[in-house]
Amino acid sequence: MNALARPAPFDQPATPRTALAVHNIEVVYDHVVLVLKGVSLEVPEGAIVTLLGANGAGKTTTLKAISNLLHAERGEVTKGSITFYGEEVHRLSPSELVRRGCLQVMEGRRCFGHLTVEENLLTGAFTRKDGKAAIQRDLEMVYSYFPRLKERRKVLAGYISGGEQQMCAIGRALMARPRLVLLDEPSMGLAPQLVEEIFEIVDRLNREEKVTFLVAEQNTNVALRYARYGYILENGRVVLDGPAEALRDNEDVKEFYLGLSATGRKSFRDIKSYKRRKRWL
Amino acid sequence: MAELGPVLEVLLGGLMSGVLYSLVALGFVLIFKASGVFNFAQGAMVLFAALSLVRLSEWLPFPVAIALTIAIMIALAWAVERLVLRPLVGQHGLILFMATIGVTFFLDGFGQTIWGSNVYQLDLGISASPWFLLENLFPGGILVSPVDVFAAAVAGSLVLALSIFFHSTKIGRALRAVADDHQAAQSVGIPLNQIWLIVWSTAGVVALVAGMAWGSKLGVQFSLSFVALKALPVLILGGLTSIPGAILGGLIVGAGEKLAEFYIGPAIGGGIEYWFAYVLALAVLLVRPQGLFGEKIIERV
Repeated sequence: MNALARPAPFDQPATPRTALAVHNIEVVYDHVVLVLKGVSLEVPEGAIVTLLGANGAGKTTTLKAISNLLHAERGEVTKGSITFYGEEVHRLSPSELVRRGCLQVMEGRRCFGHLTVEENLLTGAFTRKDGKAAIQRDLEMVYSYFPRLKERRKVLAGYISGGEQQMCAIGRALMARPRLVLLDEPSMGLAPQLVEEIFEIVDRLNREEKVTFLVAEQNTNVALRYARYGYILENGRVVLDGPAEALRDNEDVKEFYLGLSATGRKSFRDIKSYKRRKRWL
Repeated sequence: MAELGPVLEVLLGGLMSGVLYSLVALGFVLIFKASGVFNFAQGAMVLFAALSLVRLSEWLPFPVAIALTIAIMIALAWAVERLVLRPLVGQHGLILFMATIGVTFFLDGFGQTIWGSNVYQLDLGISASPWFLLENLFPGGILVSPVDVFAAAVAGSLVLALSIFFHSTKIGRALRAVADDHQAAQSVGIPLNQIWLIVWSTAGVVALVAGMAWGSKLGVQFSLSFVALKALPVLILGGLTSIPGAILGGLIVGAGEKLAEFYIGPAIGGGIEYWFAYVLALAVLLVRPQGLFGEKIIERV
């Protein structure tokens, strides 16, 4: 299943601790639909790891399995184990997981539209018990990373732009003082320039605030530039994994995910199986 | 001056009964605002709370009976969360609505099974004899019922407390977040179960207050659970998500139906006050579907 020889994932002097280890999980929706068929992955502390794959490959399901948000969608982890810093977390409630420092920024931003930007950020601090002063400090920290949010702090989050909403969602997650953030498709529906800006901030947060990220993305190009390690999911299975540079140089990844091949950029005109005609009818 | 007296009296009476509608509507708004569930059982909760209070106060001192009834309403909230809401989390709103209809019938029946189905008198210790205000201005003065004044005062302070709770506390903010997006609220660590327990308990206490006010007026009996139906036009008028809207909506409906009865009633034979509120609600739906104070449906274009 693994086309690449797997080197030690990170060539750092001291092996970092494992923040998250997912071992061979299966997820079933509605008791019958098998969506994840044995997914394993590892996120070392302090890294940005990306989870790539097309629509329906199982990226979101994997993240929700980790953050325990599957229940509301009648999904269930039926096999395998998920450990966060060595502890089994598969049975914990989402709010207990947040308290331990693992939380998800859901796909499509999901800001609270009728709350102001600042109120949105403050909801992220719900599980914290370290006092108002500490929360206020972190609010300023979030504003320093996202100055645009500070300008719009009194505006209802439903009325700000998509890019600002993504920033608001990430900022809200930061307010919980997470150790690991599961970021689901931050690039969704955003202009390329904004995507770059968001990833730039994720990178800074990773370096300066020591937040570990597991990012699910369809935008393979951007994700592999910022991540250190990547997993590629297809049909609920990990089909390929490796350090980001290795994935970027892999011929299959180039062809199927980056739209490049040995002969340069490939035109869709040359792909016979692509039913172009039907699309136009 | 001579005609103004009766009009004022009708208006005041209408406003006072409007406050009572508001009290019931308030319970709906609370639950809808924080969980997106239209809780049809609110009327049944009013009846259940009033019944519990009346029967308990027969052999317990009144304050103890109130405390015990509050405890019962919290236990009820816990049971509803545990047995109805938790298994149905993530289901469509209509399914949750149907579930609350089930709760309604259960509560109506169960309440009467354990507490009995007679008409009970609830005595709040407020004198039933009306006050006459401004007797020097109008002949005979304006007749006001002390019970209504008491209910209005309670409703007013309840609204004030709830507004502060919703807008300036951490829990209140979490409640509004849950109302906006269950799953996103869960993802930032807000425990839905606790939030629902808090909201249903609060709605239970509001139901108790409404039950006390209505019960002392009409007697505690099965028909009390139908006052919920009068809360529906209030909700539509004020907006399903607005606490001040519930109050103002109640006042408008209360005053409107009494004034309509007073002015138009004689011309067409009376009985207007039974359907006036619903026509008013219909008109509001056509012009302003979110109600006077309801949250605007945000759509970015």
